Amino acid sequence: MKGILGKKLGMMEIFDEAGEAVPVTVIEAGPCPVVQKKTTEADGYNALQLGFGDQKPGRLNKPQAGHLAKNKVRPVRYLREIRVDDPDAYQVGQEIRVDIFQSGERVDVTGTSKGRGFTGGIQRHGFHRGPMHHGSKYHRRPGSLGAKGPARVFKGRKLPGRAGGERVTVQSLRVVRVDPERNLLLVEGSVPGIRNSLLIIKQAVKG
Amino acid sequence: MDALLTVARAQMRKDIPAFRPGDTVRVHVRIVEGGRERVQAFAGTVIKRSGSGSQETFTVRRVSYGVGVERTFLVHSPRLEKIEVLRRGKVRRAKLYYLRERQGKAAKVKEDK
Repeated sequence: MKGILGKKLGMMEIFDEAGEAVPVTVIEAGPCPVVQKKTTEADGYNALQLGFGDQKPGRLNKPQAGHLAKNKVRPVRYLREIRVDDPDAYQVGQEIRVDIFQSGERVDVTGTSKGRGFTGGIQRHGFHRGPMHHGSKYHRRPGSLGAKGPARVFKGRKLPGRAGGERVTVQSLRVVRVDPERNLLLVEGSVPGIRNSLLIIKQAVKG
Repeated sequence: MDALLTVARAQMRKDIPAFRPGDTVRVHVRIVEGGRERVQAFAGTVIKRSGSGSQETFTVRRVSYGVGVERTFLVHSPRLEKIEVLRRGKVRRAKLYYLRERQGKAAKVKEDK
């Protein structure tokens, strides 16, 4: 399992070898210093703690600064863990770069989806709507909330409410291009979140 | 956004001549049929250009056997062999949708000399 942290830069189209236009998301991925290694013996699981992004030293609080200083890593904005099979294959302080991925590979991309605010059932849960005309006044309402007998609404009933702004993973996106010089990763299709938001890019679970 | 622009710029072609809506062009398109590649030409009036950067498109309209045909191309597509500008047109708007309702001589764009 390999992974890296990145920042969503935006979407565009690029032309592949056949001259076909492919929609891609451009991600600035890495370089990510390994800040800490988590091992089964010490922590109960195997993982790498990666840092990403530049941060002014003054913006770090004392515990963060101390943690980074102890492992001799530059100030970073984000810290995230990525599960790996063998943490001993990496050294603390080593930088993980985009070149761990190659074009053609499949990756899973995790991010925080765009916040939609308070939305109705149609946008939030994909409900069907009622007829918009022919005398119908039942347009976008949620419909029945359940049976009459229990005389209450069961918990978990899908209703209007806040939508978006949650953690979302898109699986098996194809890596179209890797630019190690500029730390860019181009994946086919869209990824969750707004521009400049943090993304976690991992080798695809489903291959 | 800077990195995005660099990626876009690397996609863009520099051999595309300047042309505008109203111009008459001949577009040479590479077509792959059954493993064989050939070039097909499509000539007509440019009725719009849309978008910017590497994703810019243009639409060419021609009347063929009494039927209006419009094809939209990506300006920077490697599928385009070349674009020939045959005639410059004199028009007063960017989108020439009004040509769709015109027939015969009324559907002509005046030449810009």
